[in-house]
Amino acid sequence: MDLASAKQIGAGLSVIALFGVGMGIGQIFSALVTSVARNPSARDSVFGIAILGFALTEAVALYALVIAFIILFV
Amino acid sequence: MAASTSGGGIDALSQFTLHRVLGPFGAAVNFTQANLFMVIAGLLTVALLYYGMRPRAMVPGRFQAAAEMAYEAVMSMCVDTIGEEGRRFFPFVFTLFFFILFGNLLGVWPYDFTFTSHIAVTVALAVFVVILVTVVALRIHGLHFFSYFMPKDVPVALAPILVPIEVMSYLSRIISLSVRLFANMMAGHVMLEVFAAFTIMLGGLGLAGYLPAAVALLVNVALIGFEILVATLQAYVFAILTCIYLHDAVHLH
Repeated sequence: MDLASAKQIGAGLSVIALFGVGMGIGQIFSALVTSVARNPSARDSVFGIAILGFALTEAVALYALVIAFIILFV
Repeated sequence: MAASTSGGGIDALSQFTLHRVLGPFGAAVNFTQANLFMVIAGLLTVALLYYGMRPRAMVPGRFQAAAEMAYEAVMSMCVDTIGEEGRRFFPFVFTLFFFILFGNLLGVWPYDFTFTSHIAVTVALAVFVVILVTVVALRIHGLHFFSYFMPKDVPVALAPILVPIEVMSYLSRIISLSVRLFANMMAGHVMLEVFAAFTIMLGGLGLAGYLPAAVALLVNVALIGFEILVATLQAYVFAILTCIYLHDAVHLH
């Protein structure tokens, strides 16, 4: 197997991590919806934490993307 | 990173290469697009407050209300996260937040350059934040700062394993802060470039290609909206994480 094909396969494998990230983001917003449904007045305080949690989880997805780029291009 | 055809014929990464601007001045001091937009973002931050607060009216007009809301938002972020000592850090957090916000948002405008899409810039910002947090903690707590790495109520036998892990997790804040911002910005602009390339490639197929090309263009429009959201969100996350790290530094837990 030559180097270029191995790089493509490696990049493809590295995005399997997005599976976990998708589940994580889904859990954050499911918790947000549940907590707002139980206590609508908590909406403003909980929303900020949910957005922070979403951004931190999304960052993990982008770490996987950076590794894919490093495998492909470096 | 090579701008070769590894991407299957779509050259997604060459938009990030830097070249000199401003003619002979740029050639002399190596003044690139990144520098130019950093200067513009800095001037916009200053202009927001200077021209916003110029009227000094009791009942604010629109621009003054915007400047006051910006001040309120960052001040409440600092004070809610760090406590009353947070007021000392307000100028730094305000500047950091608006520098990154304007940097990210300027990049969404056509033909403008996103300086935060370069790892060099975001690592510089992240190193600045981590060094600031460490120096603040050392200033306030002296050598007692190192007790941060050994949480309370942990059996001493675990210390040889736990302390290196805590230290590495502290140092990895640099990497996580910088890569989060860099990867978000770079990925967003690569997506925009890829869909734009699709639009052109499909449109070149003749009459049958016009409809798919229009779909690709609509996706690009939606992506611009998404980019604006991500730009604001990432600036907010950088600022709030800086405040959280400062809280750890000030209160040591």
